[in-house]
Amino acid sequence: MMRLPVSALIGLCLTTAYFAAALLAPLIAPFGVAEIVGQSWEPASAQFWLGTDSIGRDLLSRMIWGGRTTIFVAAAATALSFGLGSVLGFFAAVRGGWVDQVLSRLVDLLMSIPSLISALVVLSVVPVTIPVLILVMGILDSTRVFRLARAVAVDIAVMDYVEAVRLRGEKQGWIIFREILPNALSPLVAEMGLRFIFAVLFISTLSFLGLGVQPPMADWGGIVKENKEGIVYGIPAALVPALAIATLAISVNLVADWVLDRTTSLKGGRNAR
Amino acid sequence: MTLHPVARLAAQRIALGLLLLFAASVLIFLGTQILPGDVAQAILGRSATQQSLATLREQLGLNEPALTRYFSWLAGVLHGDLGIALSNGQPIAPALAKRLGNTLFLAGAAAVIAVPLAILLGLISVRYLNRWPDRLISAVTLATISVPEFLLGYIVIFFLAVQYQFLPSLSTVYDGMSFGARLHAIGLPVIVLVLAVLGHMMRMTRAAILNVMQSAYVETAELKGLRPFAIIAKHALPNAVAPVVNVVMLNLAYLVVGVVVVEVVFVYPGMGQYLVDHVAKRDVPVVQACGLVFAAVYIGLNLVADIVSILANPRLRHPR
Repeated sequence: MMRLPVSALIGLCLTTAYFAAALLAPLIAPFGVAEIVGQSWEPASAQFWLGTDSIGRDLLSRMIWGGRTTIFVAAAATALSFGLGSVLGFFAAVRGGWVDQVLSRLVDLLMSIPSLISALVVLSVVPVTIPVLILVMGILDSTRVFRLARAVAVDIAVMDYVEAVRLRGEKQGWIIFREILPNALSPLVAEMGLRFIFAVLFISTLSFLGLGVQPPMADWGGIVKENKEGIVYGIPAALVPALAIATLAISVNLVADWVLDRTTSLKGGRNAR
Repeated sequence: MTLHPVARLAAQRIALGLLLLFAASVLIFLGTQILPGDVAQAILGRSATQQSLATLREQLGLNEPALTRYFSWLAGVLHGDLGIALSNGQPIAPALAKRLGNTLFLAGAAAVIAVPLAILLGLISVRYLNRWPDRLISAVTLATISVPEFLLGYIVIFFLAVQYQFLPSLSTVYDGMSFGARLHAIGLPVIVLVLAVLGHMMRMTRAAILNVMQSAYVETAELKGLRPFAIIAKHALPNAVAPVVNVVMLNLAYLVVGVVVVEVVFVYPGMGQYLVDHVAKRDVPVVQACGLVFAAVYIGLNLVADIVSILANPRLRHPR
């Protein structure tokens, strides 16, 4: 039986709680996402556990629905960036030559402009909808996955067992999905946690700037934006979603650290238990 | 005549940087021009009349082929002409120059505080490795890394501006303001930016110095009986300069992006706010210009990092 360190346990519990709340939002949210139920910025009470927001909607319900949006968008963008980045990265490593050169230089170019700036440039001409946001974030972030996947795959591609498969005459698809993918999985999985956090911060930042999820839909960055005026009057409603983002980020980090520790120690001879 | 290897490497990096900047300008142009659908339609929305669409297409030069438009845009940029803003019909360059100045002032003030502080904290961490000062610094910086900038922004507003009223929560600056008043106005955003970059900078400085601490000459210094801080500051730090400068530059590049969000939080009239406002207004020429300036600063800082690490390498400085 492996021992779970306390930090990883806390991280795992919190992460699970956030994901469960996101999945079960229709069941557990006390009110609807855009339902106006009270005065603006009512303090916390038995009826409204976290009080109400700037136009009198229940903040707890907004937080739960908002978490659903934020986590869904971030998860979808992460999935896209991993699908795209890892397949292209493996492909570049296996093919080598000009394919590798073209893909790698293209990624260098995309990374030479900060992701937030690239996203803002693109969002100035396309309509801001959820699928567009997922696509933009996924593609921009796939550059980082590409670099990792390529670096890992280059090491694997020179192994004897890959050479053996090549000599057997297998196609590139087989080499990528049957030989490289299973061996590159553990560093990629650890990275996935970090990319997910990055996506959460990214979508929250965009929504906070008013260029992400559009109202009346809720998401955490947007809730900060809606309630920021309250701060000056000492109403902490805007700090609640910001706190949720921070705790989610820290919890996923703790879990990813643990996964990374574990998989690397497994590689080093299964002596870490 | 052969060039000094340092000069040759540096020239190579500069050429590469210029090439990258050129490619980035193509990318920024493509990002706003050759997306699916009609740009004029996207800007004006579905309710636009045929006539207003035609006028806007004329204004944006959309009737010309994309390649022609790109080169006339690039030629303008190289002459310092960034075009005309759609939203107010004013030339972009003067407005942008003023805001760029404000942004550089803010980022510069943050850098002046963050860089020495990060290096000092890194040194202290190494001196008291795995003892309480190291652990405390690690824990605090981990917390600041995990928190998004706008949360840091509202936390400092909530406590320092509203509860205790040390500093103003809105960073209003105007022409003719004294230097001191300006510094007072940007107090809070500077705190936020410092916190946002301090963690990474300090951690990577610590790692770079620790790496050097394992070398044989540090052990010799220890055996000579030098004081621990003298070893770190005189023997380890000079050899860790290249990685540390690299870290500093990368984080300054990050600062350029962090500034976008922080400016919006504190309503500071800089480049970031200018960009975000005009993305919402779908003012494509302004967005292109801002994107290009941000990309240039980012690529420039990365270039400086490269060149400094070349200069800091004694094997390259004194060729045999």
